[in-house]
Amino acid sequence: MYDCTDIGAFKGVWVFCEQREGKLNTTSFELLSEGRKLADDLGAELCGLLIGDGVEGLASELGGYGADKVYVAQSPLLGTYTTDAYTKVLCDAVVEKKPEIVLIGATNIGRDLGPRCAARLHTGLTADATHLDIDTAKYLDFLRETSTIDVDSMTWDMEDKGLKMTRPAFGGHLMATIICPRFRPQMSTVRPGVMKCAEFDEAKSKAVKIEKLNVSLTEDDIKTKVLEVVKETKEIVDLIGAEVIVSVGQGISKDPEKGIALAKELADALGGGVVGASRAVVDAGILSSDHQVGQTGKTVRPRIYVALGISGAIQHKAGMQDSEYIIAINKQETAPIFEVADYSIVGDLFTVVPIMIDALKEVK
Amino acid sequence: MKYIVCVKQVPDTSGKVAVKEDGTMDRSKMATIINPDDLNAVEAALSLKDKNPDAKVVVVSMGPPPAAGMLHEILAMGADEAVLVSGREFGGSDTFATSQILAGAIAHIGIESDDVIFCGRQAIDGDTAQVGPQIAEKLGIPQVSYAADIEQNGNKLKVKRVLEDGYMNIEVETPCLVTCIKELNTPRYMTVRGILEFDKKPYSVFDFEMLKDEPLIELDTIGLKGSPTNVYKSFSPPVKGAGKMIEATESGISAMVEELAEKHII
Repeated sequence: MYDCTDIGAFKGVWVFCEQREGKLNTTSFELLSEGRKLADDLGAELCGLLIGDGVEGLASELGGYGADKVYVAQSPLLGTYTTDAYTKVLCDAVVEKKPEIVLIGATNIGRDLGPRCAARLHTGLTADATHLDIDTAKYLDFLRETSTIDVDSMTWDMEDKGLKMTRPAFGGHLMATIICPRFRPQMSTVRPGVMKCAEFDEAKSKAVKIEKLNVSLTEDDIKTKVLEVVKETKEIVDLIGAEVIVSVGQGISKDPEKGIALAKELADALGGGVVGASRAVVDAGILSSDHQVGQTGKTVRPRIYVALGISGAIQHKAGMQDSEYIIAINKQETAPIFEVADYSIVGDLFTVVPIMIDALKEVK
Repeated sequence: MKYIVCVKQVPDTSGKVAVKEDGTMDRSKMATIINPDDLNAVEAALSLKDKNPDAKVVVVSMGPPPAAGMLHEILAMGADEAVLVSGREFGGSDTFATSQILAGAIAHIGIESDDVIFCGRQAIDGDTAQVGPQIAEKLGIPQVSYAADIEQNGNKLKVKRVLEDGYMNIEVETPCLVTCIKELNTPRYMTVRGILEFDKKPYSVFDFEMLKDEPLIELDTIGLKGSPTNVYKSFSPPVKGAGKMIEATESGISAMVEELAEKHII
């Protein structure tokens, strides 16, 4: 009998490892790397869940990033992602094996699959977590470092082994730690690009255990029909891989074209990089959403991040504050972006950026 | 045939944010707006109704009584009926709880074989994108999320579903649920006639008493206490140690660039 309230019956940490056309996405590796730490704190097994058609060969790669075991569910009906098929397979596997934690990358597919599964399994789902803890002592260290909470004046249950899932909340103006005390598994989607990827471990990759799951799936289970999958040839902005990002915010609105041109030129002068954007700029239709940095966009940690005319709502800061060096240029002296900047310049970006470009050219 | 649209009134987080002493957001002091993605869902329904004039657009929202104003606006845009799901018992619900209340409300309205439910992809106050898929699961109907284009042909919908690196074209039969993104359409404005006539359109409030016997609603998993997920702690990030202030002059900026070069940052 499956009982989602029987907390003690659930063991192990699972990561749903998303693949498309036989290629694993990097978020799967990030989640396994993070899942490894959680599993170690629990003294539990870390398992990857691999769903697809003929994907067994990918299992060793998952081992290399920390998985002790990989459950493989394969069927010709799983070749292309469909909500119905993947939900059924994931939920059937959870009901059979009872993992304590299930992590899913907050990709377009993960955010489709996660809520459907949580609703079916009758449990909670935290959305787009950016930090995870089991161990209370480690969680308190995290709070000491990232919050203004006076941790030591409060009492905490140090024995608690529940998953503490932290995410930006209320439009990114606050951080919230979410727990799921009454039901299992504890589920969270996790933001791509946030968790650090572990070094690939050749020995672990070879040692990974593989267990094939029985897939009970028929065509009738799948109520949607994928007519075609189209890859768009449009230039994809690689924010996550970029060394230098120059982002633009509402400050460019008096002349968006010139603002973007300046951002590009500055990125080039800094050694080559890409142009990012705040939510306001994307919402206004000035740049496409693949440029967006922030809670609803991408989380980036480049070597150099320049914020041009971005006020710096927490929503934006959540996506860039871990960059190595941050340079902020804003007219408003009180702009919150200056709180996270290493170099703050109060001024009009249309004046400051050309000076900076010239200065950079001179140094080279 | 009905197009049911789920909408949410959200605080306008693009403006100034009011924070209470305990660090949580003070919603009562903030302006409210219709959640942006939900407006795209409303437009999706209204534009399909333009082609199928016999269809009825029913807009449903869960929220406190002031959310009525938002529903009036959507009626003035052209929706035919509005339902506000409102009750103290529903307050503080997480996405799991919210979706079962909304699914219960939709079941109470009645869902037929040619109905389509539209939701926005996500609300800007929580950014979870969970309620749409969870409503679909509770109702036992298929979902297509991240819709950037929708064509209807009888009881079949063809939906362009956006992925990070492209899209899928997906065919789905009614009844089904579609979550909408900004790229789908440009929401229309209210019309003068709509504003003059919205109060003649059916408007109902579903409270706890009306919904408590709906089989889709489990009374022990709704509201703040019943929700599966709870907030353990909320906090505002600390202010990072102030960085260096650079003068916005040629000499100031040159000095900064030289420092960057010395530190091998560039």
